[in-house]
Amino acid sequence: MRVPALIALVLGSFPSLGLAATDKPPLLTGESLPRLPQRLVEMALEALKAPDWLVSLASFATAAGTVVAVFLSAFALLSLIERKTLARAQNRLGPNRAGIFGILQPVADGIKMLTKEDIVPTKAEWFLHLVAPVMIVIPSILALGVIPYGREWLPVPLELGLVFFFATGTMTEVAVFIAGWASGSKFPMLGAMRAISQMISYELPLIISALSVVMLSGTLSLADIVAAQSGYHLGFIPAWNILTPWGFVAGIIFLIAANAESNRCPFDLPEGESEIVAGHMTEYSGFKYALFFMGEYLGLFAISGLGITLFLGGWQAPLPGLGFVPSWFWFFGKLAAIIFFFLWVRTTFPRVRVDQLMRFAWLCLIPIALLTLPVAALWHFTANPDGSNGVLSWLLCSAILAVPFIIITVIFNRRLAPSLRTYHYAE
Amino acid sequence: MESPAPTTRASSPPPAAGWSLPGIGLLKGMAVTAVNMIQSYYRKDRMTTVQYPEERAPISPNFRNFPFLVYDGDNMAGLRCTACSICEKECPPQCIYIVLDRDENGKSLKRPKVFDIDVSVCMNCGICAEVCPFDSIYMDGQYELATGDRFGGLLFNKETLARSTDYHAQLRPLEAAEVAARRKAEEEKKLAAQAAKVAKAKLEKEQKELKAKEEQEKGTGA
Amino acid sequence: MISNPFMSPAAAPASVPELDEDQLLHVSLGPQHPSTHGVFRMNVVLDGETVVSLKPVFGYLHRNHEKIAEGVTFLSSMPFTDRLDYICPLTNNWAYAQAVEKLAGIEVPERAEYMRVITAELTRLINHTAFVGFFLGDMGAWGTALMYAFREREKILDLFEELTGARMMSNFMRFGGCRNDLPAGWAAKASTLVNEFPRFLDELENLIIGNEVLIARTQNVGALPKEALINGGITGPMLRAAGVAYDIRKAEPYGIYDRFKFRIPLGTTGDCYDRMMIRFLELRESLAILRQALDQLPEGQFINPKSKIRNFKAPVGEAYARIEGPKGELGFYLISDGSTNPFRYRIRPPSFINLTLLEDMCLGLDLADVVIILGSVDIVLGEVDR
Repeated sequence: MRVPALIALVLGSFPSLGLAATDKPPLLTGESLPRLPQRLVEMALEALKAPDWLVSLASFATAAGTVVAVFLSAFALLSLIERKTLARAQNRLGPNRAGIFGILQPVADGIKMLTKEDIVPTKAEWFLHLVAPVMIVIPSILALGVIPYGREWLPVPLELGLVFFFATGTMTEVAVFIAGWASGSKFPMLGAMRAISQMISYELPLIISALSVVMLSGTLSLADIVAAQSGYHLGFIPAWNILTPWGFVAGIIFLIAANAESNRCPFDLPEGESEIVAGHMTEYSGFKYALFFMGEYLGLFAISGLGITLFLGGWQAPLPGLGFVPSWFWFFGKLAAIIFFFLWVRTTFPRVRVDQLMRFAWLCLIPIALLTLPVAALWHFTANPDGSNGVLSWLLCSAILAVPFIIITVIFNRRLAPSLRTYHYAE
Repeated sequence: MESPAPTTRASSPPPAAGWSLPGIGLLKGMAVTAVNMIQSYYRKDRMTTVQYPEERAPISPNFRNFPFLVYDGDNMAGLRCTACSICEKECPPQCIYIVLDRDENGKSLKRPKVFDIDVSVCMNCGICAEVCPFDSIYMDGQYELATGDRFGGLLFNKETLARSTDYHAQLRPLEAAEVAARRKAEEEKKLAAQAAKVAKAKLEKEQKELKAKEEQEKGTGA
Repeated sequence: MISNPFMSPAAAPASVPELDEDQLLHVSLGPQHPSTHGVFRMNVVLDGETVVSLKPVFGYLHRNHEKIAEGVTFLSSMPFTDRLDYICPLTNNWAYAQAVEKLAGIEVPERAEYMRVITAELTRLINHTAFVGFFLGDMGAWGTALMYAFREREKILDLFEELTGARMMSNFMRFGGCRNDLPAGWAAKASTLVNEFPRFLDELENLIIGNEVLIARTQNVGALPKEALINGGITGPMLRAAGVAYDIRKAEPYGIYDRFKFRIPLGTTGDCYDRMMIRFLELRESLAILRQALDQLPEGQFINPKSKIRNFKAPVGEAYARIEGPKGELGFYLISDGSTNPFRYRIRPPSFINLTLLEDMCLGLDLADVVIILGSVDIVLGEVDR
């Protein structure tokens, strides 16, 4: 069902490509720098009197290529930065042998991965085994295409950007399951089962928390959602969704669900190395294995980018008067901050168990996420005519959202708090 | 030594009773990792590792690795080992192989003809050095022995094992000095004993000669 | 009713329903598996992810230690004991030395006894901090706690290197004392370390004890009733976590432990969380012992001059000596026929015997719980397989 919908969405996006190419700001400013390749290709083809469809197609391909190039380099960089950061948190140095500060480590890793033997287990379905790693990279790249990175940098300006994002995101689950199933082995199978249940469960809070933003912005277009968060309260507090009671709660739920969606610690059960070796990746080696990593990191970029778009004001500057900095700089700054947070969490947290994971999603996240919807409505209807909210509105919304937290606190202190344990001493 | 910093918490009380917010423990943990992340840039004691080929961790003088044989003087001729085979017997993994050198009559020359240690079997326990009554085998501190050649590189024979007393003195000054002093004392004792023996023999000889002379004189006198 | 999202459903395993053999998944966890602490194998039968049956298979690291010991001299077995539980070689040394001393009736000088207590308690520090690190590693915390534990372990290992000549394979105890005396300044360094250690413990406790994910993972997991543990011969922190006050240092004081003032921390439930907490509390008690021992350290001989190094022969007889190792009761049983070699040499390894109840602890729980229960037992395969 999803694949035809995807095709329709992709095809439906082509007419809007012309729109993206119509506005013609100056060629080389900081703001339009990321679009330079696209503009150059367009200009070259127009000078050659190429037909319009060719210009449009080439423009699209260049825009997509820019995004892929940027995020593949970011992936390479992140694979190094992650290792360095985790190492520092663990009082180690991290990779520092390949190049200065280990800067060439991603290259070395890539060479290693490419030269490794590609092992296909005898009992594996070789075709699906081959397809799965490819399938895991493609949706992440597709999802990266619809995120507005800057004021003028939106590779594919889709009207239904959010729907497209979630539709592609679900393809990852299929790929993970195929990988686990096609390996014809037990640990991958367990990993695949875990992955499918986890990702489906966490898709719900992810989407519901995004819904409240859609509700108040009144649009599914990501560019418009960013635009709806422009402006500053009291002259300096950015009007981002995260800075409202419902947005704060929805944002945290989104963060947790995004963490689970991208299979990162403490929700890395599908590849929990201490339990099921490497989950769905157990039987993969060489470049296929690298593709899984690439897919995972690109997915992480995509979902963090979506979180920034929905809750952190996208490419909007955090303070007024910072307009001279290119807007994509703010986007990538926020992206770096969120990814650093993910790394930080990874160094600290142990992994949760399958049933706890599911309970957490269905009994904590989804009810609270559902609660944010009426609260967001209440927020909207108690707003002043100029769009800002009074103290009463703040208190009311916060109080409603505090109820589940209080319930959780009470349960925690009755059942699980460390203070419930007593230890005595024998002399 | 710097004076140790006093601490207030001698023993931990059981976890404090009280109301706790869920998530506080996670935040506390994240604070610990963040502190470590930052301090690892400027606090030396946070980072225990050293960058091996460029810098090396200091070895304590007591550090032991593989055994070596000591010789007195300038060459192998002064090897202290008498091939008594005590170390061979006591060696836990049985990695020492000794053959006693004999002359053509089969009489022991009190030196090893073959002394092999298979260092790929050796477990660095130091028992050979401990049991040796002749101060001839000691533990080395050399640890960079990696080689691709199993038998050429890791089966040490008499020649590769032999080290001068200077080497020992350099490696473990305290131990070597003690051994040297003891050996010197023993040597002197021995020399003194020998000298005494020689003196005694001389005295006896003189007395004998005297006696013989006397007898001769007596004889001639008679 | 609002159910607790963190609560384990497996706190009280319900009666196992009829299982369809076709629905079960047979998984061989190990011998090459990231969290079996060496080469250990568990044949697990899973229903979904619930453990229906678990059969431990060991012996992959069998080195024939006991038989080898019968073929070599008494002293030659000493370095082999280092390799039993390679995290804490000095307590192994002590247990073996004690057995031979009992057999041959050798007195140990007072200074040597103090040196033994100090090294053994330092070993306990190493073992328990490393345990916490490995435990968190099993839980998927990516080795952060382990690295902190190893950072402090490194400082203790530096002390050991200075004292014994080796960081791990110390081979330090001798029949009737220790191999060499404390180097100059060693005791002062040890005091500094002991005084700075609580600061590290605070840090580690902050990182771990209150962590909600850890609490959810460990509380009410792997608990067994006291009686089952006693019947199974379980010793060490596992038994004390269930509330049984059994510590050989108190029950049958060996060495000079009756001179020190220390307490035995006891848990109540005996689940994985208590097992971890007991080790945290024991660390503090070990520090108390270390402080007293370093203060009282007398001058004197480090080895009984009457004890023979070469050609040591024990009189005909048998002896069993046990100590409270960091992992539990570590015993050595020796029979001598009067020659230079033991006639029979037997070890009671705590890791191995604590492992015998693994299946009972794991039944009805998740696959993920199996890993942390195995971690909470604190095994070292060198000691399990010998």
